[in-house]
Amino acid sequence: MIWDWHTAASAWPHLMAGLKLTLIATLGGSAVALVVGLALAMVRLVRVPVLWWFCVFFTDFIRGTPLLVQLYFAFFVLPSFGITLSALKIGVIVLGVYNAAYMAEVYRAAVESVPREQIEGAKALNIPVARRWRSIILPQAAPTAIPELGNYIISMFKESALLSTITVTELLQQGEAFGSVTYRYLEPLTLVGLIYLVVSYISSIGLRWLERTMTYRR
Amino acid sequence: MVQEIEDRKKMLNPGQARQQGSMGPPASVVPYAVRLVDVVKNYGSVTVLDNLSLEIPPGEKVALIGPSGSGKTTVLRTLMTLERPDSGHVYIGNDELWQMERRGRMVAANERHLQKRRARVGMVFQHYTLFPHMTVLRNIIEAPIHSLGVEKEVAVEQAYGLLDLVGLRSYADRKPSQLSGGQQQRVAIARALAMKPEVMLFDEVTSALDPEVVGEVLKVIKDLVATTGITMLMVTHEMRFAQHVADRVVMFDAGKVIESGPPEAIFSAPTHERTRSFLQAVLVRD
Repeated sequence: MIWDWHTAASAWPHLMAGLKLTLIATLGGSAVALVVGLALAMVRLVRVPVLWWFCVFFTDFIRGTPLLVQLYFAFFVLPSFGITLSALKIGVIVLGVYNAAYMAEVYRAAVESVPREQIEGAKALNIPVARRWRSIILPQAAPTAIPELGNYIISMFKESALLSTITVTELLQQGEAFGSVTYRYLEPLTLVGLIYLVVSYISSIGLRWLERTMTYRR
Repeated sequence: MVQEIEDRKKMLNPGQARQQGSMGPPASVVPYAVRLVDVVKNYGSVTVLDNLSLEIPPGEKVALIGPSGSGKTTVLRTLMTLERPDSGHVYIGNDELWQMERRGRMVAANERHLQKRRARVGMVFQHYTLFPHMTVLRNIIEAPIHSLGVEKEVAVEQAYGLLDLVGLRSYADRKPSQLSGGQQQRVAIARALAMKPEVMLFDEVTSALDPEVVGEVLKVIKDLVATTGITMLMVTHEMRFAQHVADRVVMFDAGKVIESGPPEAIFSAPTHERTRSFLQAVLVRD
């Protein structure tokens, strides 16, 4: 089989439409993961009674089961409990919650890396608890957390290919669909792989730049 | 010059102002600024404070001396609410620090109670603990704005006044990492003063510093002692400094106060054998 530029060119618009959905899923999933992950971490760090146990169980449960199983469960089982959401919404939520369980650990480690003296210094100045978190602890934890969180977002971008299994017409699904219609898989799937590579490579360069500027500012 | 000192006194004497104002009883019925009664603190099986009692009248400058692990720093940390004692009573003025009244019974203080009491005490730490991501100015105004509810413009103006006091006005926009250790410690002193504390705690504030900058920090404290009526507790290994600035020297050993008196008495004629051997060891090193 020889590479055919004509096929590649006609696959391109389909793949771009797929990339758009992939990016929506990744960005939506990131938003969910960043917020839910922070909430999980805060409950564990502040040791909120009862909720703390729930969060530990929840995190272990999410991390102990495959993402694909979670996607299938949300897509096929939840409707029988009356919860019907679009495939994309399910994809965003499941991707987000799955990664939140990992991001919670990143947040937790970053907060624990802030020297205890800093917290005592803030306490000695009688800075109220909420303000202590906002202006002393989190800003100092951020440079440690951001590169790690960024890595999870990049891997979420790649994991989003799994959404093809629950009918989301994202990048991989578009490539596969184009192949099944034209009987040519070489061009669309090669391009799919290249697009994943280029986007994640550029993102990781951006992330490294961010990491460097944050270290300089410290 | 005289006027300047008077102004500084006014700015830095909130404790007395508060005692004489409507917020608390008049100074005459507050015999002590700080009082510890039978305080016990254990870390596991180690007793750090062993039934310790200590009374400090308002305005007194007290130097706490003694070997490492004798409980000096723990006293300061207990007063700053960073370390909860296992038993005993700690008072700031007339108010119990670690206990509060609930339905007619005394119970362990909660965070809200501590927050109210803690505002009257300021502390300067051995390692400065400036917030590295904030400028010098921001370090000083953060607490007055968010803890005392001072307007930002007022807090900034007051911060510049305090930076003048420690000789660092031109450093307001720098980050702590751009300052020397001595300068950082002076900022830390200004930051603690911005909260207008009645009681100031200094925890070995010069022991992390290079020898050549120790003097500039001690000078700031000496100025404070000379110009303000703030009650001060200073844990220090600088015996000459203690001798010059303290009204009273308190010698700690094994979680207890073993000797206490005016500096000249303690340094020239210590009565306790332990004090004698301690002073001999540190003065030889000096």
